[in-house]
Amino acid sequence: MSVAVLTLIVLAGSYLAGLVGSLTGLGGGVVIIPLLTLLLNVNIHYAIGASLISVIATSSGSAAAYVKEGITNIRLGMFLEIATTIGALAGAMLALHIQTSVIAVIFGVILIFSAIMSLRPKKEQIHDPKSQWAETLKLNSSYPVNDQVVKYGVQNVGGGFLMMLFAGIISGLLGIGSGALKVVAMDGIMRIPFKVSTTTSNFMIGVTAAASAVVYLQRGYIDPGLSMPVVIGVLLGALTGSKILVHTSSSQWIRWVFAVIVTFLAGQMIYNGLNHKI
Amino acid sequence: MKKIGDLDIQQIIGWVLRLGVLISMSVVFIGGCFYWYRHSGETANYSKFVGVPDFVHSASGIWHGIFTLRGRAIIQAGIILLIATPVIRVLFSAIGFILEKDWLYTGITILVLGIIILSAFTGHAG
Repeated sequence: MSVAVLTLIVLAGSYLAGLVGSLTGLGGGVVIIPLLTLLLNVNIHYAIGASLISVIATSSGSAAAYVKEGITNIRLGMFLEIATTIGALAGAMLALHIQTSVIAVIFGVILIFSAIMSLRPKKEQIHDPKSQWAETLKLNSSYPVNDQVVKYGVQNVGGGFLMMLFAGIISGLLGIGSGALKVVAMDGIMRIPFKVSTTTSNFMIGVTAAASAVVYLQRGYIDPGLSMPVVIGVLLGALTGSKILVHTSSSQWIRWVFAVIVTFLAGQMIYNGLNHKI
Repeated sequence: MKKIGDLDIQQIIGWVLRLGVLISMSVVFIGGCFYWYRHSGETANYSKFVGVPDFVHSASGIWHGIFTLRGRAIIQAGIILLIATPVIRVLFSAIGFILEKDWLYTGITILVLGIIILSAFTGHAG
């Protein structure tokens, strides 16, 4: 395949990945890696490197918008970034030493988990401050809801921190934002409002990815010729997705269609991994 | 008062992120044009992992490549700027916390910066 044809296919595919990734909240990385490895026979190390770069672009781009609205809990994000960056560093080092087929299988499992998580109904939860740790670390905060300021408390700081460590490892190992795991940590364990957890998770993804990207960069995993169409495509797709999201209130059917596709891709990744085809 | 200080930092952080993405993506795009012009007819093969070409693997190589208008060197420079964007954001957060005299979070932010710098150095080891 010529450079021209490959670049155009990757550009179009990345645009679609960015679009659906943004509409479903899964992120572009989870689609672009199967696309590159399964369809275009790209080595998974190159695919992960390119995906990681696109993750930094989309998360930084959308975090810029969210931060201005004042929903993001910057202190909580900063504190948990200790865990995600340590995890990302460990994950990136791990990726250098384990077999690509094992990475493919882990990727498939995380992919299925992310798809299930994206179907889960989202309810806003507000809890009163209870945790002493959250008090000491100044994690309890407030956010605007319909011109009102709503206060919320953060719980289970230690548990959330550990879960973030794991999310960081997965992010560094697989080159994805692992937003689904971050939401488990913040919604499920720390019990903070959904809107706050989504924007804060997004805020953290860029820094987490940067910590593993510096390792990948030096190891030659980030190929400019391949990363160029991936990062441009995913970013433009995500931009389009964020515009659509404003106009359509119900995107449940997209989530279902997407969950089925993602599960199918995940099955392929696991199958190829187990048969050492990746 | 404190809340207003918080919001100011958030505005600045928002701009840092926006500018970083805009600048780095422009550089990647320009590099992409040169790369396309020179190499679009060649055969692409990414099926085996062989690392990246030498001239995009070192700072001096990239620097030299930019001035000789080598597309992939320019793309790689853009990618490095993109990776730097969230790191610069952390730096601005640190400045914000210092201005607020929030020493706990100044420490936490510097710790995060330290971890990222550590990963930048471990790339050569292990």
